Amino acid sequence: MKKIAMYWGAGCGGCDVSLLGIHEKLLDLLNEIEIVFWPCATDFKYEDLEKMEDGSIDIAFYNGAIRTEENEEIAKLLRKKAKILVAYGSCAIEGCVIGLANLYEREQIFDTVYLNNETTKNEKKIIPKSNGLPEFLPYLKSLNQVVKVDAFIPGCPPVKPVLEEALNALLQGKTKFGKSIALCDECPRKDTKPEKIEIPRFYRWHEKEDNGECFLAQGIICMGPATLAGCKGECISANIPCTGCMGALPKVKNQGIAMISAIASLIAEENEEAEKKIIESIDDLIGTFYKYSTAKLLPKGRLKDEN
Amino acid sequence: MKSFEPRIVAFLCNWCAYAGADMAGVSRMKYPANVVPIKVMCSGRVDAEFILDAFEKGADGVFIGGCHPGDCHYVNGNLRTRKRIAMLKKLLAEMGINPKRLRLEWISATEGQKFSRVIKEFVNEIKELGPSPWRR
Repeated sequence: MKKIAMYWGAGCGGCDVSLLGIHEKLLDLLNEIEIVFWPCATDFKYEDLEKMEDGSIDIAFYNGAIRTEENEEIAKLLRKKAKILVAYGSCAIEGCVIGLANLYEREQIFDTVYLNNETTKNEKKIIPKSNGLPEFLPYLKSLNQVVKVDAFIPGCPPVKPVLEEALNALLQGKTKFGKSIALCDECPRKDTKPEKIEIPRFYRWHEKEDNGECFLAQGIICMGPATLAGCKGECISANIPCTGCMGALPKVKNQGIAMISAIASLIAEENEEAEKKIIESIDDLIGTFYKYSTAKLLPKGRLKDEN
Repeated sequence: MKSFEPRIVAFLCNWCAYAGADMAGVSRMKYPANVVPIKVMCSGRVDAEFILDAFEKGADGVFIGGCHPGDCHYVNGNLRTRKRIAMLKKLLAEMGINPKRLRLEWISATEGQKFSRVIKEFVNEIKELGPSPWRR
């Protein structure tokens, strides 16, 4: 019996639920494991975790990012108690969508969320402060920006084929698993990709009727070329372009910039002005290409260049 | 206060810009010593990741020199660079870095004078901007 722990950091909860996504395989899994800590599903307290011996948990899964002092404390505690610490899901690995908050200062976030929000009534102007609550950290961090991580299960949340392979490997004590090819290689629309792609204009995916062919060839931004394979293109099968939740390929340091390099080459060559116009039509480069990895790009928040 | 001496990484293509820099050298033209030239076969070889890496490792400015459009030794490598740099400038602005810290210039093998002039200009511009926020 392997002792398993799962902790929910700053995230949406989808990762906890995703474990159920392996369906009937879960029954086999439950025969092999003993859950010793999983706040979302079982009634364990933090004291119980503190009382455990160091290194007594075989595999600890950490999902969600690190946004509060509490998240950070538990990450460090789990690191001590676990033999293998696994970053589970995109938030723990690279900050995910909530990492986009690093584009703003903590005060701006409080202002938008608690003070000047049309749907919020907050007459006493209460914002989270250290009145006994865990502090809201200045910037969001991924798990491996805080502690050493042994294995990564990518995805937002990890999908069935990725999860099955990862769990099998981890239960055998292996920490290396997953593919090292790009999503395009296993894309259901792979055969419709033309030899040469030229994009005269970008479309957002609701602006154009999908003809069932390669999204990039249609001028719709799809992160496939810069994204790790393994999910079998679940989103593409549902006619939605890839946004890159599986993260970068093993040899690529920076997924967003790899995609920017790639997509710039696909823009139709005309003159400088026309090209600039095409590029300007992409509203939000960080939100498009760094949707899942802003916390990696800007660990200390948006930079401030005077002038 | 000690005056600020910027560190600038310059990616120069083998066929035009690097030869241009050479020309500036053999013609004894002066330009500031703040530039660290890196020879690449084509400006199109300069992956956007190299540029971001240079900034991350403390460069105050990054300069790319390539052949004039139409003169690229590899037909259209420099045109790809043009698009890539335009996109990267937009990204830098979103990240909070002044896009002026990245400069693309076309310099042919005979334009030693132009090389010396644009490097002087660029160094002065970066001096005015101050150290890169990534360094602080």
